Amino acid sequence: MRGHLTGSRIRERRTIFGLRQADLARQVGISASYLNLIEHNRRRIGGKLLVRIAQELGVEPSMLSEGAEAALVATLREAAADAGMALADGDQAEEFADRFPGWAEVLAAAHRRISSLERTVETLSDRLTHDPHLASSLHEVLSTAAAIRSTASILAEPGDIEPEWRNRFHRNLNEDSLRLAESSKELVRYLDEAQEEDSRKTAPIEEVEGLVAQHGYHFPDLESAGAEVSDVVDGAGLSSGAARHIARGVLSRYAADAWAMPLDAMSQAIKQLGLDPIRLAQRFDMPLHRVFRRLAAMPEWVLDPAPGLVVCDAAGSLLFRKPIDRFPLPRFAVPCPLWPIFATLNRPHVPLQRRVVQQGRDAATFTCYAIAHPEAAPDFERDPLYRATMLIVPVLTADDAVPAQAVGSSCRTCPRSGCRARREPSILKEGF
Amino acid sequence: MRRHVVLIEDEPNIMEAIRFLLTRDGWTVDTHANGADAVEVVAAADPDLVILDVMLPGKSGMDILRDLRDRPALSGLPVLMLTARGQSRDRDMAEKAGASRFMTKPFSNTEVLDAVRDLTAPARRA
Repeated sequence: MRGHLTGSRIRERRTIFGLRQADLARQVGISASYLNLIEHNRRRIGGKLLVRIAQELGVEPSMLSEGAEAALVATLREAAADAGMALADGDQAEEFADRFPGWAEVLAAAHRRISSLERTVETLSDRLTHDPHLASSLHEVLSTAAAIRSTASILAEPGDIEPEWRNRFHRNLNEDSLRLAESSKELVRYLDEAQEEDSRKTAPIEEVEGLVAQHGYHFPDLESAGAEVSDVVDGAGLSSGAARHIARGVLSRYAADAWAMPLDAMSQAIKQLGLDPIRLAQRFDMPLHRVFRRLAAMPEWVLDPAPGLVVCDAAGSLLFRKPIDRFPLPRFAVPCPLWPIFATLNRPHVPLQRRVVQQGRDAATFTCYAIAHPEAAPDFERDPLYRATMLIVPVLTADDAVPAQAVGSSCRTCPRSGCRARREPSILKEGF
Repeated sequence: MRRHVVLIEDEPNIMEAIRFLLTRDGWTVDTHANGADAVEVVAAADPDLVILDVMLPGKSGMDILRDLRDRPALSGLPVLMLTARGQSRDRDMAEKAGASRFMTKPFSNTEVLDAVRDLTAPARRA
């Protein structure tokens, strides 16, 4: 079996990279001894950890799990599918790779490059649409470019222009070129700063998400009874009081979940019951949304591939996002209203399980479990405030007999045509 | 009789270049840089065509366009919209608001002239 040699391929690739085992282990957030077991094919590896290791080693995950040839064939099949090639032709990818290995590599590399550029376009478009400062900077640059283009064209035309107009246009050109230089510099400065801020996380909620992601969504320090949330928050180096406030809330809920559903017991229950939120909720006598949260906090040795998680309020604002591969969670844009999490807000307390297919080139199937729940204890004096929580579990082998709802990330980057929930045109259909 | 264009654009050098082009082509050009009173300026001038920037101080070009279309006397007036945002969403919005043509900056002088001539051609206005 190809998959049994995944560890050997990781070791081989790491050695080519000249990377020490301990360094790679640290970069992907596992211990060196665990990586050693993986590299000697004594621990199976898949899901997010495999993806992270592949990223560090600069290869496709399938190249590690199935070898170079299989990765190449998989990429060729993707390219064929994207080009709308008939399935039978796509199946000839293996033969093509065998007969023309050099050309196959070229085609696969071009396909990977296109995918990467498309992702960049999606991100930039998302940002351009929702970042007012960036939009106004670009407006300034384009307006100045328009003035320069018009003026320069007039001056470049054959024939005489009255000296008074010519002088005026020369002066305008000079002014506009200076303005363009300044506004371009300003734009680059803004983008540079934004890039730095991206790594620092701009909004408090994003800073907290960054902190949780840095820990792999699992905090061993908060697993034991008597763990101090404030110690973790104080030691996290968060930049603002708002971020510390949000972090205290997120980590207090984590600690409460860990206390109510201890790691060992949860791990045992998952082994016995599988990833079945309802039965797990019954086992621990816990509300479903807390079970979702706890499942999303499981380390990979308990749950692999790790599920994603989204929490929103009744206005649809995303309060917490644990990303999952191929289910993009928009950072700036408003998410797809067809996500099951939003359907639960119409029916609080009613659990919802839906099979969904994410649209786009990385189409993938997921089972989403969602429930809306009041945020605080009942109060006769106030209307309840609801939140909804959704656990996102990848479906590794999709069964076509189970109907699946097509969903997207946000309208701007969703290619689905004829969608009843569309708010605005997609750049994937019309702009590019 | 010279034909008449009102140009509403807050970018002085774009305004100057377009004014030069159209004047040389035989048009009378009135310019205005503020969105707040643009509808009244157009109503008073009664031009053959309006060139309207989308992003203006005081009032956006889209709002000005909607107000123009709400006035029966101006509802059929050709309006050429200029914008630095060429996204399909902006194009849709301009079309819905009643724009006769939508042009993205930076445009060429020929494009502007062709659009102005086309939008005011007798066959189109008949």
